[in-house]
Amino acid sequence: MQIPVVRNVLEANEKMAAQVRERLRGILTLNLISSPGAGKTSLLERTLRDLAGEFRMAVIEGDLQTDNDARRVAATGAQAVQINTDGGCHLDSNMISTALDALDLSQVDILFIENVGNLVCPVEFDCGEDAKVALLSVTEGDDKPEKYPLLFNLARAMILNKVDLLPHVDFDMARARAFATRLNKELAVFEVSCRNGEGLEGWYDWLRRMRADKARG
Amino acid sequence: MHEMSLAQNILDIARQELQARGCTRLTGVHLRCGALAGVEVSSLRFGFEVLLQGTPDETACLEIEEVPLRLRCGACGAEFGGEGRLALWEPCPFCGEQLGHEVLQGKELNIVAIEGT
Ligand SMILES: Nc1nc2c(ncn2[C@@H]2O[C@H](COP(=O)(O)OP(=O)(O)O)[C@@H](O)[C@H]2O)c(=O)[nH]1
Ligand SMILES: [Mg+2]
Ligand SMILES: [Zn+2]
Repeated sequence: MQIPVVRNVLEANEKMAAQVRERLRGILTLNLISSPGAGKTSLLERTLRDLAGEFRMAVIEGDLQTDNDARRVAATGAQAVQINTDGGCHLDSNMISTALDALDLSQVDILFIENVGNLVCPVEFDCGEDAKVALLSVTEGDDKPEKYPLLFNLARAMILNKVDLLPHVDFDMARARAFATRLNKELAVFEVSCRNGEGLEGWYDWLRRMRADKARG
Repeated sequence: MHEMSLAQNILDIARQELQARGCTRLTGVHLRCGALAGVEVSSLRFGFEVLLQGTPDETACLEIEEVPLRLRCGACGAEFGGEGRLALWEPCPFCGEQLGHEVLQGKELNIVAIEGT
């Protein structure tokens, strides 16, 4: 017997993501996606410290094995919860739902999800976020947006990190920007260094705007 | 990568549909997979095989139809594509624009038919 159906392979994840989104109503939720080592945790450490007086922030840390990142962000005083994917290459909405039980959501204005370091798989799995943020460091190739178009198409912001290293690497900023914005003309782009703090103010302003939009509903 | 969990989702959905119709054995699944869906087809096939190994459904086949991108131009609104390999920033054949195309087709990952007995 042949049974014609149309069912989205990711429907279970998307259903759960809708429930997560409902639980997170009023909380700006951002899903950070990059290759390993691009600087997601460093960006969070900076942001959590610099905006501590402005927003109540929490972090869900996805990691293959360790809880190092959760300890790094918890050291800033923010609420943090670790998900160990045990080799899994992405977070899904079911894991986020479980992690939320460990947070006091009444005390959160902005929730960051640090996804597992990977530019492909996390893009497919809606975690109930308001927006995806793509990170790219200048020590990677400037052709990343060309190679991973879906991430840069779906992301609302792209952070180009480690600009302090630009003199030492051959990364064509204009090329990376051109491709990414070609994929997504609404993409907000920030060139930053989480090492020396350069450029972070633009990212913080974007966060403030996103947070204000969210609060207005 | 994530193809193993996709394969598991596919089997879950297929078995659910079969059960609802009183079938007990899965013999095939037809999938439509968009060019932008981020799926490595060979890994997906591999995942599917691994999950079925040693089960009564071991011989079930996975048919994958790859769906090319179809775009709406970010400038003139014309629709184009729908065949062959296309980049998301493909110049519009009508006005040459490369920016801001909307994806009409090519992100989907759907099961479109299930076979069983
Ligand atoms: N030079 C430089 N190094 C950075 C910068 N941001 C992060 N790093 C370093 O890059 C490495 C990986 O950073 P991490 O935040 O753990 O990356 P994650 O895997 O994306 O979370 C660490 O050794 C950081 O100290 C930066 O702006 N400049
Ligand atoms: Mg990290
Ligand atoms: Zn056009």
